[in-house]
Amino acid sequence: MTARASHRPPGRYRFRQLARMEWIKLRSLRSTWLTLAIAVAASAGIALATGSSTTSGGMFVGNTLVGMLIGVLLIGVVGVLAMTSEYTSGTIRATFAAAPRRLRVLAAKAAVVGAVALITGEAAAFLSFFAGCMTLRHGITAPALSQPGVLRAIVLTGASLSLIGLLGLGLGAIIRHTAAAITVVVGIVCAGGPLNLAIRPYLPIYIVSHSLSATTPLCRPGAASCWLSAWSGLGMLAIYAAIAMVLGALILAWRDA
Amino acid sequence: MIEVRGLTKRYGSTVAVDRLSFDVPPGAVTGFLGLNGSGKSTTMRMILGLDAPDAGHARIGGQAYRQLRWPLREAGGLLESRAFHPGRSARAHLAALAASNAISQSRVAEVLDIAGLGSAAGKRAGKFSLGMAQRLGIAAALLGDPAVLLLDEPVNGLDPEGIRWIRGLLRSLAAEGRAVLVSSHLISEMALMADRLVVIGQGRLLADTTAAELSSRAPSLEEAFLRLTGDSAQYQARNMS
Repeated sequence: MTARASHRPPGRYRFRQLARMEWIKLRSLRSTWLTLAIAVAASAGIALATGSSTTSGGMFVGNTLVGMLIGVLLIGVVGVLAMTSEYTSGTIRATFAAAPRRLRVLAAKAAVVGAVALITGEAAAFLSFFAGCMTLRHGITAPALSQPGVLRAIVLTGASLSLIGLLGLGLGAIIRHTAAAITVVVGIVCAGGPLNLAIRPYLPIYIVSHSLSATTPLCRPGAASCWLSAWSGLGMLAIYAAIAMVLGALILAWRDA
Repeated sequence: MIEVRGLTKRYGSTVAVDRLSFDVPPGAVTGFLGLNGSGKSTTMRMILGLDAPDAGHARIGGQAYRQLRWPLREAGGLLESRAFHPGRSARAHLAALAASNAISQSRVAEVLDIAGLGSAAGKRAGKFSLGMAQRLGIAAALLGDPAVLLLDEPVNGLDPEGIRWIRGLLRSLAAEGRAVLVSSHLISEMALMADRLVVIGQGRLLADTTAAELSSRAPSLEEAFLRLTGDSAQYQARNMS
């Protein structure tokens, strides 16, 4: 056994090793790539249609990013599955036997899911914007990235995918069952609420469509108050993701695997 | 070396594991015997840090599992036959686990060969037969070349050739100086495989002995086992008096 001990590397397993494990897990599933490809293609496809049907210049950037909502939903599902698929398949026992520090495993998952979702989101957002510009007709000139708010709208809408991915991951850790967790994440993302309800500016779907993707702050018709500003909206999404992740972490640490 | 001391696990009012203590010494195959539902799997999950005990502790090489620096290099476990994602290949499943403990990718190929899965390594593991799934679980347990192995019902779903293979594998792993704990509810299989026997019933230790000693208590080993487990409460009462 001394021979075996001698090829045990110094130190101990850390975040870096766990992030590699999670990256291999995520990339080795065909469903991951399929879902991400659909997210990018759907939002860019919708932007193509948006561009060709645009007849006036107002709110153009936000309109090209409307398809991003599909990506937001899909990335929420990717986040959920990163956790629940381990529970339904039993992989979670193998994972925690390999790395019993569960919070570190969750942190590694969050880093990998968050990074993949961010890259996907930015790719989808920029592609959508350029796709929308490409098909603009009726003599309307495409906005430039340098115009006020344009770059911010694109980048922050893309970044929302990262936060919704983490929201899904946290919900997956809390709920553990795929169907139930997907239902909840879809419910949270799609929650519309009755008209004029004071909470509407705080709902993810309105944050993405009215706060993040708008080049200038929008106000609700007939309402005294405005939608959240882009940065407040992003902060709100970050709070939702953080709540889900913290609850998920607590449950992960307390409950038996 | 595995040390189990006073290990206790309750689920509501049911006591699944009840003040269980035993050792799994290096250089031997220790059979972990008990009827279905006697607490074998729960005990193994607690040793691997997956379930938290209500009392007592388990140590691997003197350390609690959660404190191990490179867990897969210290202990390898097979807990259930399908602990992998059906959409992932055997190679990717093992590569991910290997990465977590800084184990080389060449070791992944090695354990795939040892488990006889070399030709199926790239296939989606969801298509595996139960026997192949067991082999993948055993490959995962061997990944870190650990000094301690815990296998829960490893012969489940294996064909006669597979059973013979695992018997030989476990014997050779023990001969290399490893501590091997193998659970089963099949006494005949254990008699062929194990040097020592730890028998439990209703979560309590009934016997910590050898196959030869146990079979000397009755006309056959099977008979001795059934007497022991069939009426564990009476056995305990006799022991107390």
